[in-house]
Amino acid sequence: MKAAVVVFPGSNCDRDAARALELATGQKPHMAWHGDASMPDVDLIVLPGGFSYGDYLRTGAMAAHSPVMREVVARAQKGVRVIGICNGFQILCESGLVPGVLLRNESLKFVCRSVRLKVENNTTDFTKGYEQGQTVAIPVAHGEGNYFAEAETIKKLEGEGRVVFRYIDNPNGSMNDIAGIMNEKGNVLGMMPHPERVAEPLHGCTDGIKVFESLLKAVG
Amino acid sequence: MTISPEIDKLIAEHNMARDEYAVLLKVLGREPTEAEFGVVAAMWSEHCSYKSTRVWLKTLPTTGPQVIMGPGENAGVIDIGDGQAAVFKMESHNHPSYIEPYQGAATGVGGILRDVFTMGSRPIANLNALRFGSVDHPKTRSLVAGVVAGIGGYGNCVGVPTVGGETNFHASYNGNNLVNAMTVGLADAKRIFTSAAAGIGNAVVYVGSKTGRDGIKGATMASGEFNANAESQRPTVQVGDPFTEKLLIEACLELMNTEAVVAIQDMGAAGLTSSAVEMASKGGLGIELDLDKVPLREEGMSAYEIMLSESQERMLFVLQPGHEKEAEDIFKKWELDYSVIGKLTDTGRIVCLRHGKTEVDIKVDPLVEESPVYNRPYEATPAQAMLSAADYPFPAGQTPLSVLKTMIATPDLCSRRWIWEQYDCHVGTNTAQSSGGDAAVVRIEGTKKGLAMCVDCSPRYCAADPVMGGKQAVAETYRNISAVGAKPLAITDNMNFGNPEKPRIMGQFVGACEGMKEACIALDYPIVSGNCSLYNETNGQPILPAPAIGGVGLMPDVAKMMTVAFKGEGESILLIGETKGHVGQSLYLREIYGKEEGAPPPVNLTAERRHGKLIRQLIEDGEITACHDVSDGGLLIALAEMALAGDIGCKVDAPATDAGFWFGEDQARYVVTTHDPDALLVKCEESGVPCMLLGLTGGDKVVLGSEAVDLAWLRDLHESFLPDYMEG
Repeated sequence: MKAAVVVFPGSNCDRDAARALELATGQKPHMAWHGDASMPDVDLIVLPGGFSYGDYLRTGAMAAHSPVMREVVARAQKGVRVIGICNGFQILCESGLVPGVLLRNESLKFVCRSVRLKVENNTTDFTKGYEQGQTVAIPVAHGEGNYFAEAETIKKLEGEGRVVFRYIDNPNGSMNDIAGIMNEKGNVLGMMPHPERVAEPLHGCTDGIKVFESLLKAVG
Repeated sequence: MTISPEIDKLIAEHNMARDEYAVLLKVLGREPTEAEFGVVAAMWSEHCSYKSTRVWLKTLPTTGPQVIMGPGENAGVIDIGDGQAAVFKMESHNHPSYIEPYQGAATGVGGILRDVFTMGSRPIANLNALRFGSVDHPKTRSLVAGVVAGIGGYGNCVGVPTVGGETNFHASYNGNNLVNAMTVGLADAKRIFTSAAAGIGNAVVYVGSKTGRDGIKGATMASGEFNANAESQRPTVQVGDPFTEKLLIEACLELMNTEAVVAIQDMGAAGLTSSAVEMASKGGLGIELDLDKVPLREEGMSAYEIMLSESQERMLFVLQPGHEKEAEDIFKKWELDYSVIGKLTDTGRIVCLRHGKTEVDIKVDPLVEESPVYNRPYEATPAQAMLSAADYPFPAGQTPLSVLKTMIATPDLCSRRWIWEQYDCHVGTNTAQSSGGDAAVVRIEGTKKGLAMCVDCSPRYCAADPVMGGKQAVAETYRNISAVGAKPLAITDNMNFGNPEKPRIMGQFVGACEGMKEACIALDYPIVSGNCSLYNETNGQPILPAPAIGGVGLMPDVAKMMTVAFKGEGESILLIGETKGHVGQSLYLREIYGKEEGAPPPVNLTAERRHGKLIRQLIEDGEITACHDVSDGGLLIALAEMALAGDIGCKVDAPATDAGFWFGEDQARYVVTTHDPDALLVKCEESGVPCMLLGLTGGDKVVLGSEAVDLAWLRDLHESFLPDYMEG
């Protein structure tokens, strides 16, 4: 599987995502600079966590308009798999690749902790390695992870099995305890928890590596 | 000497002494311009010159085979094998954090990060030591909220994990909270960068944020006491931009990876003034700056303002000739301001031009060498009585467990989760252990090695006996680092004290240095960097002295790392170290009897060293399954913390049942668990280390003889205090 990790100014989980990909696939991903309008052919694009453009204006809002994102959107429309983690999820929402927005946490505070999630749909390219309904522990670290969408959108997401991960202990006030969602085609996933942070024994838990392993299996 | 009213006003505004002004006149041979006055006042401020403390700091042990670079540069550097180096330092941002908690704390983190990456290292961990006023004081809640949010806001955004720290509450900090931030970085031992300028004619380059009017006179402000109008000093506090800092880290490290850099210095306290003077002075050269070339945020800034601004996220470089374009390209890529603002000269003078006019023209050497040094009079703290635990029995109707339930929900012993959950502790994905344990552990990427780090100080011990308190602070970091299985290598210190012009306060400083020195020597544990924050007084009321110590240690295999949590049922619990039941200055005495009295627990450095060595060996050999040092609150608190961390109870029987046994704060002690208690007892005996069997792990209660308390209940008490308090 060939993968690219996009680096925006202010991204800070880009190297972490690259390491998790390398652990899962044995290959170093291409690091794509935000100002580059082109990218090599890849099977997977990762939008990593961090504070792209300092979270100025709105989280993810400036990144959504960077040159590289035009390419990411075009690739996503062609079916290339895209995963947005934390700030990457915020960028996906701002780019319109997934519906909804991520508001400030209900507590109005940044929250970093391990949370339990339920795998709601294990038929996706991102979750094939999990059991349906499995409980996994993956940490969150964000100030704006409170998912919100109109009632109709939520209904659609739920009805179409596009809520992929759901919080068991909701850390931010997200609607329907939503932790991760897919686009309609199922090739774009946005999630607030950080699977790359529970990817090897050092982390005390390896529940997250399966996201990358699932992708490897799906892509081959 | 006649001093005009205008000059007199300048002297007062800059916390300068009249004698110092006389020296300035002598050095210059004329009256200074306003800009020169500002430059000299900043350089000679307590904050920049260490004029009250230098004679004592010089006595501290700073060398050892593990030391690559000791104090004097932006941060200390130690050898961690395989050609790698750990770079670290701790620094205070106390005064600004009281005036403006969010920005004060945030820029404290930013400043220490720059000190560390300036040396050519990538920051891999942040820690902090925070001390706030009494929880009953009306300002405390908002200060805690602001400082914690500020530390998180900055550290989270730059992407450096905040992995540990400590927080205390005491009324002596009501008017002066303490915010000490520590950063640990990782570097190639052969590629350490310093500030010493070299090469006459080489370009002096400014990069980073633009210069604005924030933070002007910050260094001189921090060199005075507060009065009732502390808040009016808000304009002296800098405003941080962690996004720019993140770009600056990446750009500087990228540039330092080339051959372009001769010298690098961040603009911290006293901004462009101190960075330019430092570079020139260390290189024995002169420096000429055209202030019109400095990127400015606002119009009409004077030479004085440009030289004294403490705008954040700015660096000064000296470049190798011919590499200017390479540097410019890197900074353009990271969208940072870049400007050649001057050059190195052979004049030995710092010369600054503004609008073509010479605004500053001073010899560099006297700025540094003639800076005042005071051997201030000092007075030792009177010795306190050794208290007997027998005089402080459990109050009528109280038992060890009822006291445990009270103490575990007090401000100094409750869970700090509310604080550390606001810090990203995982970013970098090398964190093996973070807040909640004895020391944090961060893996060194690409290796099996781990760096252990922690921050400790017990100000109440230091107030009662500065020598013992200084010793204890060093020893506690040694213990915490040993408790996770790492070998303690070196420390950084952050000396927080009151007004050094008062002999009693100066005596605290001198005593703490003496104790630290003794401990460093006995433990082969030198000081490689540090910072002093004096004048922590409001309306004449000083803080409890706090020589905060940041320790760093190394473990060869992070997979062997130890944690405090009980691991399984039916394991034996043992106490290592001698228990005499020392109650003086204990939290038991303070929380149960309302008394802050007596001598602090004595520190036996020979025992510390021997016990630490044994603990590390036991961990290395896989003989123990959990380990926790016994400190604040004593033995029963340590046991409860281990049970809570593992969510496994314990059943303990002990020969002694008095308060001194359960809550005394005797030093050099650890609680450990093991599958093979007999073997452990033999090993301890062979090593000459006292050891006693306490009981077994298991169940969901802490059981003490015939008494028991549910872990769930204890957890609720422990966890709810701080969130409930902050909710108000």
